[in-house]
Amino acid sequence: MEAKKTLNLTLKVWRQKNAQTEGAFETYEAKDVSPDASFLEMLDSVNEILIKKGELPIVFDHDCREGICGSCGFMINGNAHGPQKSTTVCQLHMRQFEDGQELVLEPWRASAFPVIKDLMCDRSAFDRIIKAGGYISVNTGGARDANSIPISKVNADEAFLSATCIACGACVASCKNASAALFTGAKISHLALLPQGQVEKDERALNMVSQMDAEGFGACTTTGACSAACPKEISLTNIAKMNREYLRASFAQKEEVAGGDLA
Amino acid sequence: MLEFLKSTVGRKYLMGLTGLVWMGFVLTHMAGNMLILVSAKAYNQYGHAIVSNKILLYGAEAVLLLALITHVYCAITLTLKNRRGRDSRYAVTPNGEKAPSRASQFMGIQGSLILAFIILHLITFKYGNYYETTVDGVVMRDLHRVIIEVFHIPVYVIWYVVCLILLLFHLSHGAHSVFQSFGILERKMQKGLKKIAWVYAVIVVAGFLSQPLYVFLIHKK
Repeated sequence: MEAKKTLNLTLKVWRQKNAQTEGAFETYEAKDVSPDASFLEMLDSVNEILIKKGELPIVFDHDCREGICGSCGFMINGNAHGPQKSTTVCQLHMRQFEDGQELVLEPWRASAFPVIKDLMCDRSAFDRIIKAGGYISVNTGGARDANSIPISKVNADEAFLSATCIACGACVASCKNASAALFTGAKISHLALLPQGQVEKDERALNMVSQMDAEGFGACTTTGACSAACPKEISLTNIAKMNREYLRASFAQKEEVAGGDLA
Repeated sequence: MLEFLKSTVGRKYLMGLTGLVWMGFVLTHMAGNMLILVSAKAYNQYGHAIVSNKILLYGAEAVLLLALITHVYCAITLTLKNRRGRDSRYAVTPNGEKAPSRASQFMGIQGSLILAFIILHLITFKYGNYYETTVDGVVMRDLHRVIIEVFHIPVYVIWYVVCLILLLFHLSHGAHSVFQSFGILERKMQKGLKKIAWVYAVIVVAGFLSQPLYVFLIHKK
């Protein structure tokens, strides 16, 4: 079998020591890259050379490298996770690029996502939004029978589509306002669509939106950049659902009365 | 309630609501002004009818002014928050399939120019030259004469056309965004809504464009 033609690329990579220092672009050559390599594998081999030369390797987040964990992600020529739609950067393959191409790699840029080092940024703002209400409260114990609560297929499917969000942050990174509306919307929608999520849906919508605003993310201006960049194709309808849930919760939330003694 | 109005989501509801008020206004304003193509008499009678009912006039003006101030106030505060959200810029802007729509990127600039247009528009027409005429024995303002005068000034017509094209993009983006802001966007509606928004924006802007162009190109002084 004839060997596939390898690629030679020029990488302009954002290097930044830590959150306190200013960063700058450094240029590296990636030589003899297999078109079958993933983007992260290509960076691994560039890093091997840097390490052998005694230089610091390029830092980037990654974990499963199967497109399901949400750890990886940075900008390639201005596109979150690179040019291919519905793909995380770990599942992006070098056959997407042409020999001799120059690629500019930058970290997610948002005030709420400070750069930790190079292409890695701190996305704990997302964790705090989840902590504000992205859960259901259940007693621990034996797992319940999966089919004990009836859920309509339409709602189950829609909830599943929202639940596919892996919280990678590409939505925030691509939005000109660094808005976290798509992420927060997906989490609120996912649980609001399911019976288990109904009990806490009002507090959830109020607290998660309030946390989202407090973290310093911008507002949604319906540019659609988030959904276009999303590796899981989370729909803008999730933002509409969030707005609806938030409106309803703001005006219809029941007030808590003392311990049931008033009855 | 206050929490709602302070939140980004709440302020988007306000922007949508006040935007809808103006969407209704520009549509009726355009439709009524089409009388310029009919006759000076019809146009002046229409204008006179509007200013005659003071309660309706001041009521409508108050609603429009309040809506405009709220819309601009929310736009400014949200834009400031959005700027703070993205404190550093990318070296390369997105392209290809992941690039956002152009109209949505420049709503602030479009809005600022439209605001300038509204102010200038009021100065030129509402508070502009006052001529009198008599239609069927009733003394009224000859607004038709003001229109004809103004729309024969080339610079004004160009400025008018430029602002209307900006309005086209502003309306087309606003008219479909409002559904998302209001939380009534559903999956099956997405593509249809964009088309409806464009049809609405084109009707409004084409109607408005026809008026100065008719006066400038066809109507004699």
